[in-house]
Amino acid sequence: MKTVGIIGWGADIPRNRVKVEEIAKVWGADAESYKKGLMLEEKSVPSPDQDTITMSVQASRRALVRAGVDGADIGAVYVGSESHPYAVKPSGTAVAEALGATPECHTADFEFACKAGTEGMFVASQLVVSGAVRYALGVGADTSQGAPSDALEYSAAAGAAAFLFGSDKTRIVAELLQTYAFMTDTPDFWRREHMHYPKHGGRFTGEPAYFKHITGAARGIMEKAGAKPSDFRYVVFHQPNGKFPMRAGKMLGFEREQILTGWLVNRLGNTYSGASPLGLTAVLDVAKAGDKILVVSFGSGAGSDGFIFKATSRVAKVQGLAAKTRDMLDDNKRYLDYGTYVKFRGKIRMNEE
Amino acid sequence: MRDVAIIGVGMNKWGELWKSSLRDLAVEAGLKAMADAKADHIDSIVVGCMSSGLFTAQEHIAPLVAEYLGQGKVPATRVESACASGGLAFRAGFAEVASGLSDVVLVVGVEKMTDVSGDEATFTLGTAADQEYESYNGATFPGLYAMMANRHMHEFKTTRRQLSWVAVKNHANGMKNPNAQYRSEVTAEEVESAVKVADPLRLLDCSPITDGAAAVLLCPLDTARKKAKGHGLVKVLGIGQATDTMALHSRRSLCELAAVSEAGARAYKAAGKGPSDMNCAEVHDCFTIAEIMAAEALGFAAKGKGGRLAESGASSLGGKIPINTSGGLKSKGHPVGATGVAQIVELTEQLRGEAGPRQVKRARTGLAQNMGGTGASCVVSILGAA
Repeated sequence: MKTVGIIGWGADIPRNRVKVEEIAKVWGADAESYKKGLMLEEKSVPSPDQDTITMSVQASRRALVRAGVDGADIGAVYVGSESHPYAVKPSGTAVAEALGATPECHTADFEFACKAGTEGMFVASQLVVSGAVRYALGVGADTSQGAPSDALEYSAAAGAAAFLFGSDKTRIVAELLQTYAFMTDTPDFWRREHMHYPKHGGRFTGEPAYFKHITGAARGIMEKAGAKPSDFRYVVFHQPNGKFPMRAGKMLGFEREQILTGWLVNRLGNTYSGASPLGLTAVLDVAKAGDKILVVSFGSGAGSDGFIFKATSRVAKVQGLAAKTRDMLDDNKRYLDYGTYVKFRGKIRMNEE
Repeated sequence: MRDVAIIGVGMNKWGELWKSSLRDLAVEAGLKAMADAKADHIDSIVVGCMSSGLFTAQEHIAPLVAEYLGQGKVPATRVESACASGGLAFRAGFAEVASGLSDVVLVVGVEKMTDVSGDEATFTLGTAADQEYESYNGATFPGLYAMMANRHMHEFKTTRRQLSWVAVKNHANGMKNPNAQYRSEVTAEEVESAVKVADPLRLLDCSPITDGAAAVLLCPLDTARKKAKGHGLVKVLGIGQATDTMALHSRRSLCELAAVSEAGARAYKAAGKGPSDMNCAEVHDCFTIAEIMAAEALGFAAKGKGGRLAESGASSLGGKIPINTSGGLKSKGHPVGATGVAQIVELTEQLRGEAGPRQVKRARTGLAQNMGGTGASCVVSILGAA
């Protein structure tokens, strides 16, 4: 069987941040309980001119630079998000156009709460496996929504991650060794048409939703691959808050050190469809040849996708070719007050005349 | 009046039971109580439940429970008195048997609380306060009990640490109860550093939101003596009920539970017993301060000394008067309509000598105190080994 893998990766994180204390101050909430209980400090906020499409384009361009591939050679573009700017009209067409991939390109938008990003990666990778296209792009991006004062407001963040899949042995930076999908109909988080913000089932989003599917997918893919936790240098879980992925890791027998590299949520927030993909970009930024990486996403509704990658010697050669995820997280930050944050997020109702 | 015996008890493991509906919970506990008594029929059912309507949009639950227990034709009645619904259902069942109205009565307490969000659960529980004078003005139960705690600390020098000892003790007991929701030890430091809910009460001072049910089967003592199978007999020695003002602000004192004192006095009188005769007690620790105040009202501690009772270890297992050997509402959980019935389940197991690692040695007499709201309704039941 031919070898398929990631040939380029890229991330995009807005430079704006709002601190947990700034949000808690407005709502009279206890910031410490979010910081201690959910391990959240601050989150990214998109600027008024940033949305799922612009962040997807930025992340994808970085992926193309690392891959050394021309946009015109991309045969498929899949964008997964729950904040597509249009209800009707794809994000993928705009992304593909900006990358120069049109017109000979297949595109679709994916939606599966927070695992829409890995769905795009799943389908993109399998199209390359099948030979239907030479290169396929999977993107996870969100300008996440959370209702004001809801627990989600403290974590709902913005960011994008893009992965270009291909089968040219000379270009592969992380070989795809295994995939796995685990899903049930579990209504833990949803947004109906015309609802402005999503609703969630409170504590129901934990045990029967996140933990059941994350551990189900992680155990399933390891069994399928004949692997055990200690085989992996890195593991990335969906990270809606700081606590959940740490606890999932413990339940599955992973060490904290295996999780930390791809654990961005304490200072990034929950980028929904971008969350586990961004964690993977941070891992690829520092991975060395031979490192095995397990990625398990989670999307409410509910399901998890699992991927096992093995870094090649090429990974180190392209790490420096584009902006690194941790650098975007650490550098050039701009802290917003709550007023500016709600203005940027379009939460202020303006005069419509 | 006929003497009444408890011939069967049953409850499920309490917690966030996503897979069990209201009817599943009630039926499981009811069938367990019937199986425990090896009963082949029942004559009447009394269901204690506070708010199935707001929690699960289901009222009229007595016939529902009867039908799904396979007892579709027997009289079935629901009793509601907020968090005292279970205790009052037990009293109603007792009255049916004692009066001769029915011979074999099943009392089921049930509440399914986790199908709604935390905010909705808080609202629903808040309907047990005076809506017009308390709830509409923003008072919630943690807030009301926090005021009681602050006043108690002010008047009697009760300390923050003494509140903590109640939670520490009840969690230690809950560790020994396989049906408890939170089987985890807590330290006083953990209680005091938990998230603040309403000063001085922190998260670990508060009973949780729980799904659960409990059931007991009653019959005349004479019949029980003839048909007793396997278990030691447990007799209802006396029940007292009393009422206080709905709203906390209407009371003479913020740190006195008058209905608890009165219900206790009536129960002691009916049983011909006093506080010092009790070998164990289940009291309504919806908040740590509630156990302290209830212990005082029931005569287990002098007024103002309830905090010291917990601190001294006198209310721990092995102490002079072990309180909440089940783990109490704090650790066992608080499915509001089920709580009062579960207290009877615990006492019965203690008096039968079947409480395993939490068994109180030579337990012959025990007391259960169950209250609604900030103590507007209260029922105290005294049971004895027969």
